[in-house]
Amino acid sequence: MFQVRIHGRGGQGVVTAAELLALAAFEEGRFAQAFPSFGSERTGAPVVSFCRIDDREIRLREPVLEPDALLVVDPTLLHQVDVFGGCSPAAFILVNTVKSFDELGLGEFVTHFHHERLLTVPAGELAREHTGRPIANAALLGGFAALSLLLSLDAVASAIRQRFSGAVGEGNVAAARAAYDWVGGELRELSRVPA
Amino acid sequence: MLRQLEGSRAVAEAVALCRPEVICAYPISPQTHIVEALAGLVKSGELAPCEFVNVESEFAAMSVAIGASATGARAYTATASQGLLYMAEALYNASGLGLPVVMTVANRAIGAPINIWNDHSDAMSQRDCGWIQLYAESNQEALDLHLQAFVLAEALSTPVMVCMDGFILTHAVERVDVPDQEAVDAFVPPFQPRQVLDPDEPVTIGAMVGPEAFMEVRYLAHAKQLRALELIPRIAADFQEAFGRDSGGLLRPYRMEDAETVVVALGSVLGTVKDTVDELREEGVRVGVLGLTSFRPFPLAAVREALVRARRVVVLEKALAVGIGGPVSANVHMALAEASAGGAPRCCTVIAGLGGRPITKASLRALLADAVADRLEPLTFLDLDWGVVNRELERMGASPTSGPHAENILRDVGPVAAGPV
Repeated sequence: MFQVRIHGRGGQGVVTAAELLALAAFEEGRFAQAFPSFGSERTGAPVVSFCRIDDREIRLREPVLEPDALLVVDPTLLHQVDVFGGCSPAAFILVNTVKSFDELGLGEFVTHFHHERLLTVPAGELAREHTGRPIANAALLGGFAALSLLLSLDAVASAIRQRFSGAVGEGNVAAARAAYDWVGGELRELSRVPA
Repeated sequence: MLRQLEGSRAVAEAVALCRPEVICAYPISPQTHIVEALAGLVKSGELAPCEFVNVESEFAAMSVAIGASATGARAYTATASQGLLYMAEALYNASGLGLPVVMTVANRAIGAPINIWNDHSDAMSQRDCGWIQLYAESNQEALDLHLQAFVLAEALSTPVMVCMDGFILTHAVERVDVPDQEAVDAFVPPFQPRQVLDPDEPVTIGAMVGPEAFMEVRYLAHAKQLRALELIPRIAADFQEAFGRDSGGLLRPYRMEDAETVVVALGSVLGTVKDTVDELREEGVRVGVLGLTSFRPFPLAAVREALVRARRVVVLEKALAVGIGGPVSANVHMALAEASAGGAPRCCTVIAGLGGRPITKASLRALLADAVADRLEPLTFLDLDWGVVNRELERMGASPTSGPHAENILRDVGPVAAGPV
């Protein structure tokens, strides 16, 4: 079973991101379970959502305590909330920001994780470019597909189109593709530079 | 058709497939998505003929359902928590009159302190109101139970509550097999009311009954629930034949063969319990699970039969009967009382998950380790923070004007950001 935890704030599409991820996994014939941390339904309040993906029925109903992947939609949470709680060094970590981990003040901290599974991506900027709004959730999922190779960009695009029709859907698909390409480029760069 | 759906949406579609003619509801979390989706289906004309009635309270919601059902319409509503309490008087009327209303309860805690999260306090508070209560383990089962609920309610002319864990199920997006209309039409026959208010053939429903016959009328409600003990497994068998899924029934035993320790539970926590039990079985621990799908009627004989060979029974409940322990345990004890001649299993109560406290596999493992070693107290509060409790008890002892518990304890706990849990 692969477990994902997504951190952000109310209004940033954190719950939708988990649902899209589950839908993308379902598109690929897998079992998936998406659910929010409940209660903080206020714009701007810290929000957490979860997604489990497996090849068999998922029965577990506890929150994701030890994520295999962590997606951070809002980097201002990094020093406010225990975002990294329960993360193993092998976890995939993707943060939406234009900054580097050093610039975020996490340069030392992230040396505990596998460097090829750890990236920042300007998902909000890519979303603004393709949709006119800085809602980073769909773009972050595109980036996650490239980072984790857990699912295809096509499945992510299909999930986005099922949820959002017309220009909103296409804009978010384009943002997801841009983030996918961006992350792919970063990973190729990383593989050339020894850590 | 296999789809990836939110639990609320899956239930709304299941209800729509059963062709209700009147839906009346008042929004309350975590039930709201269900009736929102149904309102949408009525407005778009996908669900027709059906009247969606916006009411001003839950008391009105159940009253409209009663009125609609009495005129021979298939009636449905949904609620949770304080909403269920607010309709309590009307709940007794629906069951006392013998009207086959079907209602979803998206289980949620009851205040004070106000809390919107999941536990079973709401449905358990109405366990003796005469409604049948079925509890869903997953969203697939929630969908399936609604189809079975309409059949059961109308066969007995008695109301049925389908309980599903608020948020944990209602807001979870997962794989659900949604049947097609033709199959549901074949499974849920048209509503043939036992009693109808019809201006052309006037009758009254709801006569005042004095001491000369009140007990007899009340007994009939009990007799119907006893009949439900036979009907529920039969409907589940019919359902399996029609849809190919083993869903519903009275009980759901899991890995009970040679189990020395058995966990009894209801609702979505069964999934986490089963995963825990699988791990323990691999380690050679003889532990099993007994899921209760039907809590009302309570299947006394079937529970006794399932548990009588165990050495220990751990009843895991998401409701607290303040001053005694657990409402489910009291019923399990009653089932086991008659088995005591041959040495009944030791039965412990575990109160867990109140007000949305997560029930984790790690906590269940520790709990079952204690149970298997016979270290479990008769009444345990899973993951209770004794430090927090004792600090407030000390304050109470130190000052007769120590103030409100919730506010005092929140100050101790400190600000809560939406952390990992």
